[in-house]
Amino acid sequence: MLRFLLTRFSLIIPTFIGMTLLAFFLIRLVPGDPIETMAGERGIDAARHEALLKEYGLDRPVLVQYGIYIGRVLHGDLGKSMITQSPVLTEFAALFPATIELALCAIVFALLVGIPAGIIAAVRRNSVFDHGVMGVSLTGYSMPIFWWGLLLILLFSVQLGWTPVSGRIDVKYYLEPVTGFLTIDALLSGEKGAFRSAVSHLILPTIVLGTQPLAIIARMTRSAMLEVLGEDYIRTARAKGLSTVRVVALHALRNALIPVITVIGLQVGVLFTGAILTETIFSWPGVGKWLIEAINRRDYPVLQGGVLLLGVVVMAVNLLVDVTYGVINPRIRKS
Amino acid sequence: MTSNATPLDVPVQVTHPHGPLREFWGYFSANHGAVAGLIFIVVIVLVAMFAPLIAPYPPDLTNNAVFLKPPAWQAGGSWAYPLGTDPIGRDILSRLVYGARISLLIGVAVVAIAIVAGIALGLISGFFRGPIEIAIMRLMDIILTLPSLLLAIVIVAILGPGIMNAMLAVVVVVLPHYVRLTRAAVISETSKDYVTAARASGATRLRLMFSEVLPNCAAPLIVQASLGISTAILDAAALGFLGLGAQPPSSEWGTMLADAREFVLRAWWVVTFPGLMILLTVLAFNLLGDGLRDALDPKLKR
Repeated sequence: MLRFLLTRFSLIIPTFIGMTLLAFFLIRLVPGDPIETMAGERGIDAARHEALLKEYGLDRPVLVQYGIYIGRVLHGDLGKSMITQSPVLTEFAALFPATIELALCAIVFALLVGIPAGIIAAVRRNSVFDHGVMGVSLTGYSMPIFWWGLLLILLFSVQLGWTPVSGRIDVKYYLEPVTGFLTIDALLSGEKGAFRSAVSHLILPTIVLGTQPLAIIARMTRSAMLEVLGEDYIRTARAKGLSTVRVVALHALRNALIPVITVIGLQVGVLFTGAILTETIFSWPGVGKWLIEAINRRDYPVLQGGVLLLGVVVMAVNLLVDVTYGVINPRIRKS
Repeated sequence: MTSNATPLDVPVQVTHPHGPLREFWGYFSANHGAVAGLIFIVVIVLVAMFAPLIAPYPPDLTNNAVFLKPPAWQAGGSWAYPLGTDPIGRDILSRLVYGARISLLIGVAVVAIAIVAGIALGLISGFFRGPIEIAIMRLMDIILTLPSLLLAIVIVAILGPGIMNAMLAVVVVVLPHYVRLTRAAVISETSKDYVTAARASGATRLRLMFSEVLPNCAAPLIVQASLGISTAILDAAALGFLGLGAQPPSSEWGTMLADAREFVLRAWWVVTFPGLMILLTVLAFNLLGDGLRDALDPKLKR
């Protein structure tokens, strides 16, 4: 087991180094040197330029610069935002809970709808329900979610007035951040209506962000379930006279869920991609919106640091999924 | 479904009465969704080709008299502008028709470049193994680790917004799929007897690569290409929506959506139609891809 853990862990080190290389060199692909880039359109006088080059170590060879960069990264120093002057890591840490809250809600929504839909579609194969689930799921998979979000706003916020258009909570509530998850903070604060407001702000972004994972999970559950339902032990269970519900829930589901768990792990990247668009549409103050704003303001340190941090998060989750999978399924561990 | 013949199947059935193409069409046409997808794609390709004949107006023609005119069937609309007009009085139908050119071009060009580059890198790493393979595959792993749109956004942010850079960014993001697919196929094919036989009879490495192994990797690549066009169109539209892809006044569908976003509260039609076109086109390519996979995958045939 320890050996398995160590191999898995050692595999991510080259990926991490590769990611730092990517983040380091991407910024250098911007035309002009980093000081000119930082100075922006206002320009900078030659003497100050010289001084800044020295200060940031930019007059040293590239490899030395990369060494310095790696050293800083490993100490948690990802540079400062050129706009706000606050450390990138601090900004990321302040905004990340909003993204996590949204992403968690989206994946829970996708699981709660996707797994039962996939199971029923598989059990009633070729029924109207099955074709419906497959059709809706392929549509969801093909959905441009930025448009889907606008449509939902148009219908539920504008026409029906059921949900707010944007933000995380009504401006009249001020909550002391404890967990960073506004739904939990609202409950902790005990302020009347705050929880309701936070939840109503979450509904549409959750649906929009959950749509693609939902489609993928429903399809995956259906095909995994179909495969398992054809196995001999299912026939045995049926032959014993067990009810369909019992066969499906106790015998088939456990085995069908193994590939589904892997797929859920792989959704992290999909979720972050979706979060960038969803947060932009709903003005959700998370890291996705932060990165898009950084691009529009040409705030390169934020971009560099943000990409590295998100990459590390995805890497960590993938590792976690791998390890969990190895723990659940000994066949993986041995190979 | 055979009564619902599209232009493509007629010559196929005549020239190859019992050939593999006929067999392929038999499997493919059994999948109604795939046929529907193919028909939609044929229609949209024709629309894109004959855009100047179909569109009632040039895509950039503004008309001061008609701002945000609703579609014809709504009160205030007229058949002069069937799908209404946008905030500066351009005909939405004409823009959608011309936009089909851009979106299809992006989809096809991105996949074409990604396939060529992916096959090259995949063949190299599958044949040469060793350090080259490790370097290529590690790089692909890194690209796959980062959220795809995030990487595309960063690339465009660095190179500058625009349709060419957006396409390049999408190529980089989708490339690993083709490299991995080709490499896996090459590795499984090279261990087979026919390759050993060819090698024993003195075939050069290049010959082995291109005339022996590559044709046998075609099926998964064709499927991936069809699914890849839908991903490319979707990602390019997302970049356009974020203001990083095709720039206004381009009638690329994602860019049209970005332009229309602030009018969502006043004019539903300016956001509804471009998005619907993206959805339908992406859906059609996904249906086609699913159908191709079912028809080409020998494991599912039995």
